Amino acid sequence: MNDRNPGMALAPDWFEAVAVNRSAAERRAGQIGPRRSVKKDHQAAWLVHAIRCMDLTTLAGDDTAERVARLCGKARQPIRPDIQAALGLADERITTAAVCVYPTMVASAVAALEGSGIPVASVATGFPAGLMPLPLRLAEIRYAVDQGAEEIDIVITREHALRGHWSALYDEVAAMREACGAAHLKTILATGELGTLTTVYAASMVAMQAGADFIKTSTGKETENATLPVALVMLRAIRDYGARSGHTVGFKPAGGIRTAKEATAWLSLIREELGREAMEPDRFRFGASSLLADIERQLQHHVTGRYSARSHHPVA
Amino acid sequence: MTIRQILDSLDYGPSPESSEAVQAWLDSHREGFGQFIDGRFTPHEAEGAIPVENPATHAALPSVSAGTAADVEAAVAAARAALPAWQRQTPQTRARYLYALARAVQKRERFLSVLETIDNGKPIRESRDIDIPLVARHFHYHAGMAANIEALFPGHEPVGVCAQVIPWNFPLLMLSWKVAPALAAGNTVVLKPAEQTPLTALAFAEICTEVGLPPGVLNIVTGAGETGAALVAHEGVDKVAFTGSTEVGRAIRRATAGQGKSLTLELGGKSPFVVFADADLEAAVEGVVDGIWFNGGQVCCAGSRLFVQEGIAERFQERLKERLATLRVGDPLDKSTDIGAIVSAEQHSRIADLLATGAAEGAVLHSAPGDLPGTGHFHAPGFVTGAHSASTLQTVEIFGPVATLTTFRTPAEAAELANNTAYGLAASVWSQNLDVAMDLAAKVRAGVVWINGTNMFDAAAPFGGMKESGFGREGGAAGMRAYLRESGAEAPPEPQARVDFAPAPVAEAARAGNSEPALDRTLKLYVGGRQVRADGGGSYALRGSGGVFGAAALGNRKDIRNAVEAAVKAQGWSAQAGHNRSQVVWFMAENMARRRETFAHALTLTGSAEAAALAEADAAIDRLTQLAGLADKLAGAVQSTRARHVTLAMNEPRGVVGLVCPEAQPLLGMVTLIGALIAMGNRVVAVPSPDQAWLAGDFAQLCDSSDVPGGVVNLISGDPAELAPVLALHDEVDALWHQGASALTRRLEEASAGNLKPVRRHGVADWAALPPARLLRLAEEAQQVKTIWVPYGA
Repeated sequence: MNDRNPGMALAPDWFEAVAVNRSAAERRAGQIGPRRSVKKDHQAAWLVHAIRCMDLTTLAGDDTAERVARLCGKARQPIRPDIQAALGLADERITTAAVCVYPTMVASAVAALEGSGIPVASVATGFPAGLMPLPLRLAEIRYAVDQGAEEIDIVITREHALRGHWSALYDEVAAMREACGAAHLKTILATGELGTLTTVYAASMVAMQAGADFIKTSTGKETENATLPVALVMLRAIRDYGARSGHTVGFKPAGGIRTAKEATAWLSLIREELGREAMEPDRFRFGASSLLADIERQLQHHVTGRYSARSHHPVA
Repeated sequence: MTIRQILDSLDYGPSPESSEAVQAWLDSHREGFGQFIDGRFTPHEAEGAIPVENPATHAALPSVSAGTAADVEAAVAAARAALPAWQRQTPQTRARYLYALARAVQKRERFLSVLETIDNGKPIRESRDIDIPLVARHFHYHAGMAANIEALFPGHEPVGVCAQVIPWNFPLLMLSWKVAPALAAGNTVVLKPAEQTPLTALAFAEICTEVGLPPGVLNIVTGAGETGAALVAHEGVDKVAFTGSTEVGRAIRRATAGQGKSLTLELGGKSPFVVFADADLEAAVEGVVDGIWFNGGQVCCAGSRLFVQEGIAERFQERLKERLATLRVGDPLDKSTDIGAIVSAEQHSRIADLLATGAAEGAVLHSAPGDLPGTGHFHAPGFVTGAHSASTLQTVEIFGPVATLTTFRTPAEAAELANNTAYGLAASVWSQNLDVAMDLAAKVRAGVVWINGTNMFDAAAPFGGMKESGFGREGGAAGMRAYLRESGAEAPPEPQARVDFAPAPVAEAARAGNSEPALDRTLKLYVGGRQVRADGGGSYALRGSGGVFGAAALGNRKDIRNAVEAAVKAQGWSAQAGHNRSQVVWFMAENMARRRETFAHALTLTGSAEAAALAEADAAIDRLTQLAGLADKLAGAVQSTRARHVTLAMNEPRGVVGLVCPEAQPLLGMVTLIGALIAMGNRVVAVPSPDQAWLAGDFAQLCDSSDVPGGVVNLISGDPAELAPVLALHDEVDALWHQGASALTRRLEEASAGNLKPVRRHGVADWAALPPARLLRLAEEAQQVKTIWVPYGA
């Protein structure tokens, strides 16, 4: 694990002069897939790696302790053992990076994951809208940490970003970081609601200056989820922040990433923009629920040559 | 490598595109290709056959025959023979053929992409995602042109047999740019692909056979430079279209001089890529990837001169270096390759030699790190610093994956540096400020400008150069016009008067038909808005039916020089709003109406009957009103290219235009031509018909009294045979309209090869009978298209 990003004083000059050209960002994002191709054994390895970077997530109103426990079981053994063996990885411990749940499910998840070393991540701060009074949001963070969450996925107040109230946003995220204590802070920008890529860049930078360990695209509940152009802008912000502050910040796209093919494109994007090290789970996570099922089927196809049925893989 | 190991490295690994189908096709042609003439392949001619190689592996590909004079003869004859039947086809039938070609290309996209990559060395990502889809797009677009040609181009007819010579950097794409509009317009074609990359053209010949294109409509002759030279010079060719180097373009201009062929040239470039401090820096860095590092920099319009505003230059350089490190150079067939092989050993060493020269001059090369493949003509991408405007690397086209990087301080300096080149093909402008970006787009002298983008192409977007990047456009309506000519064009009448340029005999001049001595009337030159004496101090007599009636200054080459200088300085005229120019030309019409009799009288001096002279003066007044009315009506149009891209085909004046005036209908001819040129924003240096120079004096006074700014119209009387070649040779004259003696045409066209100005001879025999639609075309021809791409998105 890298040293945590300690944050810094708010420095608007790090982002106020940056304007992102939408068309150019889309052009570059559109080239990621076509410019890089991963095939055969490499593809299998990349997909296994995608699993290692996954925050296996359930954020549904009908979540129960049992449902969360089942998800945790899947997190411990995301790939069917026979397939894992056929990939030559029988002796590898392959798990997802974390399990991500609502605060009230944290205790169940912690219990279900006991001994696995898999951290529990909890959303907090009035997820997904975030429009609860700040003291309640901070209390929610403390509650989740108290329940055993090691990672907290918070949402920002979009109004601050939309109105350019950067110091308000900074103060809010900094307070949340403080509330997290030792738990890692993932800051959800809800980019689908920020309007422009330039705002995405600025909000990313403010979140990092306020001490975010990760910046995350979406709650999964906005109409527009994680997209490659948005990711490109956030990654560039991470790179710029790193170059100027010397601190690394992780990236987590969430929502809408459902296929193995998309997963390799996302990993390519990370590799191209930030390099190999940034592909490790301490710096990159997929927020996903249905992605794993598609990856499992692709991996089975890889080892058997047969296209696979969903029902042949344990449900998450 | 085990999956366990890959999990550590997370490398991309090999990802080769399958070349099986292409290999089978190549094997089936192992013995080599013949020529594709009249719908059939001739047997392969082993003698002198041209070897073809895969530049990434040196593997031998099927060789092609070296086209002989006899092959060219046969191909041109086949094209000529096929012409009548092809032109008799209905537009819809021609459209169906073009649509069939578009669909056939789409159905073979994978095959053609792989073949292109094997033959040329470009990465499969480019041939698959850019070249071949654009080929299909081009045929598709022109199928639509063919179907609607009568409505879109009334009063036009096909040119005839077209000779087309294309380069090796985008082999099939350049074929489509040439062939699609030619066929859509109803022409037949003889095409010569580059000897380095002939294979996709030959595969395309097979596609033509498959779709049943009538024999002889498209003929393909392979060969090297001599074959191309024989083709373009062939007397049976009506139109020559060439894409390639400026040097070969010059040779073609000279070789075709005086042959009466229509000519379009798309030549070299040294295009500026300007990054303002307020640009999206990351976007601009990717622009360099899509610019000079696209197709190994072997792109005529590549942004090869990077100009970065001082405040961000350091950061930009850092980012470029970081970006270089993630470019993958290698096997072009690998789907993860960014940069493939350079097309040939010759081109590779040319790049290396230029970089060595640059290094000797003090330039510092920053190259992508990492080893290049051991086999194949690979060259690391990079950029150089320390190459200033006077250096070799800033002035000579490298045609490789290396750009120069220098800085600028202000928008004005950016414009100056951008235009500090003999070329004028393309420009990229990077700024998030629309005012700044459009300002430079307007100021840069280039046929294509991309704002916050680079190397965008579309069949609907005219592409082509200014200055020494050539003339003519490909794509859009402008591209179609290059393959059409106006119906009803006639040879301009030849000048009849024999003008004696000896010093004027004083006795006769003083008499001038009056009983008492008249005031001496010696016409001066009109330069920069002033009446000036000729540099040589001489004059010649103007004679009418009643003998000598006056004298005109005898201009020489220095007078032309001075006039061009004045015209260059009058650049403000070209930047004025059409409305302003329109008012001036209206005022000219108004003032000419007031002096109707004066102009008519001038005509009678050289023999016009009074009624005819008055009629010509009236026609000239009407002509000025028509042209004044057009001054603000032909600004161009938005082209339908891609979603969320405003693509402006913006008409701009050509600049300084030389004009050799016609002798017949001297007033109406001169007024039409000068009127059209200045109404559309050009500055003119005109050589009046020498026997009619008297009119020029009246015209100069008309300009003076009509608020025509000094230098916009310049009139140099004298011997056209002496003066016109000076104009043709002058590097600051952007175009030449030649309505004088046809005997001069060849000399002028040869001389124009220097700065590659277009020489235009309008096919008008009777200026009074010029139909309104043709007058409109004349005004349009006083302009050239600048295509500005403006992608947008919030």
